[in-house]
Amino acid sequence: MGLQLLTVCYLVGSVTFILGLKMLSNPATARRGNLVAAAGMIIAVLGTIFLYHNAETGESLHNYGWIFGGLLIGGIIGTMAAKKVKMTAMPEMVSLFNGMGGACAALISLVEFNHLSAELAAGTTESSSVQSTVLIIVLGLIIGSVSFAGSIIAWGKLNGRVKDYSFKGQNILNLIFLAIAIGAAVYLVINPAHQMVLYIILVLSLLYGVLFVMPIGGADMPVVISLLNSFTGVAAACGGFLYDNKVMLTGGILVGAAGTLLTILMCKAMNRSLTNVLVGSFGGSHKNGDAAAAKAQGAYKEISVTDAAMVMSYANRVMIVPGYGLAVAQAQHICHELEKILEEKGVEVKYAIHPVAGRMPGHMNVLLAEADVSYDKLLEMEAANDEFKTTDAVLILGANDVVNPAAKNDPDSPIYGMPILEVEQAKTVIVNKRSMKPGYAGIENDLFFQPKTAMLFGDAKKVLQDLCAEIKAV
Amino acid sequence: MESILQFISTNQQIIYIVILMIFVGIEVIGRVPSVLHTPLMSGANAIHGVVVIGAIIVMGKAATDNYTALILGFLAVVLGTINVVGGFVVTDRMLEMFKKKK
Repeated sequence: MGLQLLTVCYLVGSVTFILGLKMLSNPATARRGNLVAAAGMIIAVLGTIFLYHNAETGESLHNYGWIFGGLLIGGIIGTMAAKKVKMTAMPEMVSLFNGMGGACAALISLVEFNHLSAELAAGTTESSSVQSTVLIIVLGLIIGSVSFAGSIIAWGKLNGRVKDYSFKGQNILNLIFLAIAIGAAVYLVINPAHQMVLYIILVLSLLYGVLFVMPIGGADMPVVISLLNSFTGVAAACGGFLYDNKVMLTGGILVGAAGTLLTILMCKAMNRSLTNVLVGSFGGSHKNGDAAAAKAQGAYKEISVTDAAMVMSYANRVMIVPGYGLAVAQAQHICHELEKILEEKGVEVKYAIHPVAGRMPGHMNVLLAEADVSYDKLLEMEAANDEFKTTDAVLILGANDVVNPAAKNDPDSPIYGMPILEVEQAKTVIVNKRSMKPGYAGIENDLFFQPKTAMLFGDAKKVLQDLCAEIKAV
Repeated sequence: MESILQFISTNQQIIYIVILMIFVGIEVIGRVPSVLHTPLMSGANAIHGVVVIGAIIVMGKAATDNYTALILGFLAVVLGTINVVGGFVVTDRMLEMFKKKK
């Protein structure tokens, strides 16, 4: 009876995951979709705890104290972390959670292999009969550890703790690590008694995860996180295979497939291929030449807050282009404030949102929505590009690569081909940045040197506060 | 060769599920607007937290005196739960921002 009921629980779980993902891909149902999937997860987890029986021995689970302790601690940490994290730090949070899932999968593999080794040593199991099990265990271990190590590095990169780091031949070294890990995995499948090999695989996979993410630039982190996300999905599916557990299998594969597609969609939004993101890391060795070339371009023009306020309050239409700088400075509320003050003066204000502005697709929408900016003021790239011609002033807040005309004009630029916001079609462009430092792609931006562009240096929040005060006084 | 065929026929149910799920996964999110990329990724992130079920099974099967298994399994349950709970809560917080406010 219990086992049949558990099957139903797992069936419900699997269906809610599919339904949840489906609903998550539509703005109107997204929030409910998340709750549907969460409800399914609760059913599947509780079902496992209370209804699971070992198929062979008929034993139910024990160690309830440990299980509930773990659930409680994990639940509290998870909720606290998720509730306290600032909206701007969302991407790193997702990465960190993803790493936890990967580590969980890797730990399961470790325990299961120990268990298997004990059985082999005791002679209760023949080594020839466990090869497929070993294969799945090792697969789960490799994918889980790569995902864990990679996610932690991605997390560190997004919050600035880990710097970009690459050296000559790194790709080759990575491939060698991966090849040795796979070779060792094959060896282990054939000779499951050699437990040491498992730890070698673990170390190599962790190393590979670190080195794999290390050279990839901060701007590409969302793509990497999405990819690692689908890795963890596959690692979870390995667990499902191991225990013949359908809900883990369906959930894992579902995320693996959807995550891979999502990764490709994100790449498309940046008009780059996945291999380009993973292998041809931004910046690196060829950066210096580009930067030197750009330096020769001449001077940029600075504008004072008062002048900027003047330009904007006498404009008919103002377009705000938010970027990561806005997110870092937590300036979304004051940005909304500026919008309201300008509207009171009869200026039409809209926002132009590049699909990959900020650190993650949709990042800017989330931030501005938090600040109560109305939905219909947010223009997507195509709509915004149509309106720049009739815009008097563009205010760029900490965005750089997404407005870099090199993506259109310079075939040698690493971002060539990426669709951009064509701000240079507007009458005036005011760029707020903290300094002249290049953006995440590590390349100079011609836009800043154009005659219609004026630079307004400073922290986005501070500058916006000053602007608000000045415009009120106009 | 024979062992591969053997593997496929003993696990055919699972292989069917895997193949069908790949198509479902791709189909289901095929038309997602870019605005929802981040929440969708976060939601998917929470769903693969289903791996915690494996951790629970590991824990529940471990002998009460096998401390390596208990400690590793316990850690796995904690990490898996953080993934699930944190993932769903974070996604909900993101989507809360999308509420229509007119």
